[in-house]
Amino acid sequence: MSESPVPTARGVAVSLEKVRKVYEPNRIVVEGMDLQVNAGEFLAILGPSGCGKSTLLRIIARLLEPDSGTLSITPDNPFQTAYVFQDAHLLPWRSVLDNAALPLELMGIDRTAREAKARAALALVGLMDTESLYPAQLSGGMKMRVSLARALATEPRLLLLDEPFAALDEVNRFHLDVALRQLWQWHGMTVIFVTHSISEAAFLANRAVVLTRRKCQIKLDRQLDLPLERYASFRTDPALAAEISHLLEAMEEE
Amino acid sequence: MKRRLLGIFPALLPLIVLCGATESAVRMGLVKSYLLPAPSAIAQALLVNRVELLGALWKTSEAALAGFALSTVAGIAIAVFLSSSKAVQRAFYPYAVFFQTVPVIAIAPLLVIWFGYGLRTVIASAFVVSIFPVIANTLTGILSTDPALRDLFQLYGASPARTLFQLRFPAALPQILTGLRIAGGLAVIGAIVGEFIGGQGLGSVVDVARTQQRVDKVFAAVLLASVLGLALFGLVSAVSWMTLRRWHASESRD
Ligand SMILES: Nc1ncnc2c1ncn2[C@@H]1O[C@H](COP(=O)(O)OP(=O)(O)OP(=O)(O)O)[C@@H](O)[C@H]1O
Ligand SMILES: [Mg+2]
Repeated sequence: MSESPVPTARGVAVSLEKVRKVYEPNRIVVEGMDLQVNAGEFLAILGPSGCGKSTLLRIIARLLEPDSGTLSITPDNPFQTAYVFQDAHLLPWRSVLDNAALPLELMGIDRTAREAKARAALALVGLMDTESLYPAQLSGGMKMRVSLARALATEPRLLLLDEPFAALDEVNRFHLDVALRQLWQWHGMTVIFVTHSISEAAFLANRAVVLTRRKCQIKLDRQLDLPLERYASFRTDPALAAEISHLLEAMEEE
Repeated sequence: MKRRLLGIFPALLPLIVLCGATESAVRMGLVKSYLLPAPSAIAQALLVNRVELLGALWKTSEAALAGFALSTVAGIAIAVFLSSSKAVQRAFYPYAVFFQTVPVIAIAPLLVIWFGYGLRTVIASAFVVSIFPVIANTLTGILSTDPALRDLFQLYGASPARTLFQLRFPAALPQILTGLRIAGGLAVIGAIVGEFIGGQGLGSVVDVARTQQRVDKVFAAVLLASVLGLALFGLVSAVSWMTLRRWHASESRD
């Protein structure tokens, strides 16, 4: 993989134009979606359950073809996108290290190189000395960390996360939020983070988009006016509370 | 080891009680010994006819194992083929189901016509009876692969063959082994049925002893057939334990 010369410009820009997705029979899930995500942005997508957030994310990951409209990613290179699911979804027959190295293995990278990268990714998410364990031996929080490491091992320029920490208890969730925010600051990849949680969106993102229940329309697109450095203490910051109430207002009106 | 023995004891208890009860019932003349022989008489029959019975057991084992091996290989191959597309499944799966409903006792004479008297007919009979659970369980396993993991493999450009071998197949392993456990017992039944008509082995021992009113010998042969079925079950369970213990809930301790 080619390393970008400027570390802060690692992210890619994503642009959706008039994207439409219809599931049979005649269930319009996404219609007329226009969304521009800048390179290196941390975008949170909020919306009620079933409004089409996962569908949107899968379209951006090219796991799903839109029925019409265009998706463009600039620059557009292979293997630059990583996807993190709601649950860890590890391969239970593989060790932690082999799970983290799986994407690199599928990309055809040789064992020594991929294990080195996987180890580095595991260290980033705070998992040392667990590489030979199996998923069945891990706690929920640890599994999610492995899942995150698996996504980071390829040094993605676009990181898509679909309610990644929703299944965790709050303490674990808060820890991983802070870790994710730091990773983004270090690596400068573009992050699109889908969540149900307004406070999580405000804590993490630089920009938040709120979607409507029907047809996945954007009803609020807001630049969050918050500091760059956000640690655990920031959770009780009045500025954060103000942003949360803004987003909450948008979520509530229908 | 001590725990193992203690684990077996509860299962042995009913057997000991039952043997004791029949033994005393027959001795007291409550049950006619030509209908239900005393356990001691069965033991006697086993001892006296040991050369004949062990020879027959060997023949039946050979045929059952060969039939079982064939249905393992063919069943998995057929399931992989069926899993290739919905259309293929719709076209061929009904025949697999139909195949299962054909009573083997009715087609055994046909098998004799095709394969002649002897081992080949018996193997064919064991095969016919035991293949369906392998197909059905393998197919279910392959088709129920976690969609998120399929997405992950697609994201990193894995080919269908690679996805089959690195994801679908290992993910289906617990179900495949369940199918094999069922198939093992059925292969023994199939072999015995085949031997009734087409061959030697325990099936023909039972058949001949029946015409001679030697109920004790019938019981001795049936006992050996059950032991064979149990041994096959144990074999698959051992393989299952060795392959799954590290990752699957069904085989993990405590
Ligand atoms: N493969 C599919 N076939 C048909 N309908 C689908 C399919 N996938 C999703 N849908 C429907 O599309 C709508 C949007 O689904 P999607 O999973 O994108 O919502 P979501 O916003 O991610 O919901 P949640 O917050 O519960 O995860 C839902 O109503 C769902 O029933
Ligand atoms: Mg979703």
